[in-house]
Amino acid sequence: MPLLDARDVHGGYGGMNILNGVNMTIEADDIGVIVGPNGAGKSTMLKAVFGLLFVNQGQILLRGEPIHNLPPNQLVERGMGFVPQENNVFPSLTVKENLEMGAYLKPGNVKRMLDKVYGFFPPLFEKRHQPAGELSGGQRQMVAMGRALMAEPDVLLLDEPTAGLSPLYMNEILERVKEINAAGVGILMVEQNAKQALAIADKGFVLAAGQNRFTDTGAALLADPEVAKSFLGG
Amino acid sequence: METKRADTVTAPRRFPMREVVLFAAVLVAVLGVYAVMGSAYGTRMLVEAACYAILALGLTIQWGYAGQFNAGVMGFVALGGFCAMFFSIPVNPAFWDSELPGELGLALLYMIGAVLLVFGATRLDRVGVPKVLRTVIAVLLAVVLYLVVINVFRDVTGQIESRAGFIGGLGLPVGVGWVVGGALAGGVGYFIGRICLGLRSDYLAIATLGIAEIIKAFLKNSDWLTRGTATVSPLPWPVPGPGEVGFTLARALYFSITAVMIAVIFFLLTRAYHAPWGRMIRAIRDNEVSAAAMGKDINKRRLEIFVLGCILMGIGGAALASFNSIFDPQGYLPLNHTFLVLVMVILGGPGNNLGTIFGAVAVYIIWIMSAPMALFLMDMAMALGAGLGWDTPTNMDSRALQARVFVIGLLITLVLRFAPKGLLPEKVKHHG
Amino acid sequence: MNELVFFINNVLVSGSVSGSIYAIGAVGVTLVFSIMRFAHFAHADMMTFGAFMVLLLTSVFPGAGAAFGVPTALVMLPLAMALTALLAVGIDRAFYKPLRAHGVKPIVLVIGSLGVTLMLQGLIRLFSGTGGQSLYVDDRKEIFRLALPIEGVRVPVVITEPQFYLFVLTIVAVVALHLFLSRSRLGKAMRAMSDNPDLAQASGINTNTIVAVTWVIVGGLAAIAGTLLSLDVTFKPDLSFFLLLPIFAAAIVGGVGRPYGAIAGGFVVGFAETLAVFNWSVMLRPFRDSLPEWLLQSGNLAFVGTEYKIVVPFFILVAILIWRPTGIFKGKVI
Repeated sequence: MPLLDARDVHGGYGGMNILNGVNMTIEADDIGVIVGPNGAGKSTMLKAVFGLLFVNQGQILLRGEPIHNLPPNQLVERGMGFVPQENNVFPSLTVKENLEMGAYLKPGNVKRMLDKVYGFFPPLFEKRHQPAGELSGGQRQMVAMGRALMAEPDVLLLDEPTAGLSPLYMNEILERVKEINAAGVGILMVEQNAKQALAIADKGFVLAAGQNRFTDTGAALLADPEVAKSFLGG
Repeated sequence: METKRADTVTAPRRFPMREVVLFAAVLVAVLGVYAVMGSAYGTRMLVEAACYAILALGLTIQWGYAGQFNAGVMGFVALGGFCAMFFSIPVNPAFWDSELPGELGLALLYMIGAVLLVFGATRLDRVGVPKVLRTVIAVLLAVVLYLVVINVFRDVTGQIESRAGFIGGLGLPVGVGWVVGGALAGGVGYFIGRICLGLRSDYLAIATLGIAEIIKAFLKNSDWLTRGTATVSPLPWPVPGPGEVGFTLARALYFSITAVMIAVIFFLLTRAYHAPWGRMIRAIRDNEVSAAAMGKDINKRRLEIFVLGCILMGIGGAALASFNSIFDPQGYLPLNHTFLVLVMVILGGPGNNLGTIFGAVAVYIIWIMSAPMALFLMDMAMALGAGLGWDTPTNMDSRALQARVFVIGLLITLVLRFAPKGLLPEKVKHHG
Repeated sequence: MNELVFFINNVLVSGSVSGSIYAIGAVGVTLVFSIMRFAHFAHADMMTFGAFMVLLLTSVFPGAGAAFGVPTALVMLPLAMALTALLAVGIDRAFYKPLRAHGVKPIVLVIGSLGVTLMLQGLIRLFSGTGGQSLYVDDRKEIFRLALPIEGVRVPVVITEPQFYLFVLTIVAVVALHLFLSRSRLGKAMRAMSDNPDLAQASGINTNTIVAVTWVIVGGLAAIAGTLLSLDVTFKPDLSFFLLLPIFAAAIVGGVGRPYGAIAGGFVVGFAETLAVFNWSVMLRPFRDSLPEWLLQSGNLAFVGTEYKIVVPFFILVAILIWRPTGIFKGKVI
């Protein structure tokens, strides 16, 4: 049974559909990457999976159970973590408090998970008493991912985790994504930097106009000349 | 007009059933009051309702047209009332024949001089004084000059109070006071509007609430100007008074004046509402971001509408004070002069002038009738309580009136929840 | 030196008294704002309600205080806090929650809270009458006179018993609030929701729970603030409109949504008020030999008369809105 299974998902805001039938399947140890041109519905798809968008047709299953249109806090309880692209930290809370909020539903785990997150992101340990709003963009992204990991999710949704970061930080974050995945967390992420992201992807989904255009392994998509020509800038 | 606008063309003409039914109900209620309480009482009620309708129109353009919430209608009403009093009552020779006017004028001159000096001090940095030093100088100067001026003032006003009572009026026609009252209220509105411009409307609510209490405190404690709690009466009427032509006719004449005022205001507002200016105001209310993106000067429009609303409140307050023929600063209460008007607007239909007038008249009838009704119910309850052997509290009358406070509050919350657009909603047309 | 003691009595003590009351009141307003994003005008009447509950309970069990050696009103305070908290949660359920569910603009909630404040006012006055009543039903107010060990000082520093309890209560309330917000899981979740409601929800924080917890705390604080006020003077049901302005001014001065800022703002407003109505000519007395005649002749050097006290918070409000609308501690941008 796949970890996450989206079947023919339609949805949008205020009667206007942005998603017109998207399919994706993620296994437990997969990194899935969604790429595509602006306005293709990449972030919208991620929001639909996390219950922030009304799905009016189709199904989203988590380990076989339908989860579409459940409120986000129930999805967190069922093992899903979400890292938004912007406003993804609590600026006036310290780094440690940010992370604690991630484990809000599992307060018993805080100590153990804090150690684990500090293991993934050593800079956060040093800055644990600093308000998250004072950190640099890359460190803030680490706080955001760490916060989502604190709930011990089975699947982590990342919305453009490298947006606005310098190339150095971008590689760093993608490395961490691989490590987190290796530790047994399924990943579904949206990325602008398609080449770098597809390079670490087990599954790649190229969306256009709210529908799947290409679906394959990351490596195969990178090798496909048509994908390269239309979506990866040659 | 040669170019018909889209919003007037596309609106389907329909028989205004709702309006007719609601106004018929109000008419029946008015006739009922006339039948039960007599024509003098009924006409008084109508005049007061008309004055309130002017206040309500002022609030409806602020809240209904522009989404600005004024929680201090009372203050603007009181300003209007003060001007109506000050300009119309007879001149006080005990004041004018003494040397006090000169001293008061001198005190005012001191005040202007002090303001100019402080203002000049804030510009010292232009001539090379460091900014920090300039601020220190300006603040110190302001404190010292303030103390000097306030002491001169206390001196003069104290003498006025002891020797002449108060400065009296100007003995001018009543209409002058009404116009100046509107202007003064508009001026204060401009000051408040400027400060809260561009901030969230919560701040406007807080600031207006504050200025209303301050205006009341000023009018109440400035015995030299308003006789304070001693109140000023009688105020002259713009029409022959009850002493000359009898209660009913005099009040009817007064009512015709207020009715004409409402008609004029209504006509002008309706024109403005459909003019490009009105559409711009509504566009700003409905979607501030896109209105700003279209290059509309949001803050200027907002200030205009806020000041306009305050002017209407000042005029309405002046008409109300003249009619009651007494200026009593303590009689201005948030309940009677802010929240009652608020209920009229949100119940009638914010942004809909006709609905607002309906709301004003309907709510005022309920309001004026609720006092005897509350007392009646209280008496019943007390009789019942006495029969059961309870000892009833003594000040039942004043407590019964508190029930009205509760009812007004309940009405506000219920309307917001169940009829947020009022009984006669604004007809929103989609405009480009 | 006697003038200095006079200053302490009239400015330091009474400034701290009104500062404490405004601070506790402003914290409530700012908490509501930070979680629900609207200016809660019914807060002052919630304070009155809390004080009224204390008054009721005190007159029902007048002897309860003697068992603990403190005024009965203080013994009854926790119970009154619980009742006010219940009221606050109930008001939210009945009046604010439906409006929020409709997705109305915040200003509509402001108007709703004005409706609620009128209802509370009507109810309280209906039951209590409109006169003032002392919370000290059976107890006598002690007065502490602290003579300063300085030669030549004949005037003692005077603190009344209720003022002493007021300071203790304020400190306890502030420390408890601080511990709650910085240590407890719910307190941190409240701060998180104030920072970023969407992310709080995405972290699994149940926003409805936080809203309810907020109202519980706001109600409790309102009861404390109302009781502090009524202890200092007397219980009066019609104080609310005069309290709203200083409380809002304090919250805005401190930066809207910042509880610690609200505490600071409360003391700023409280001291500004007492300094403004203080008659400074007393302080000039020691220097009477070296000062010009005209300055001493005017007996009144107060900035505003007590009847214009309400001008002070308004002036502060206007000044802060013009120069720094986010408050001294950079509150929410509105």
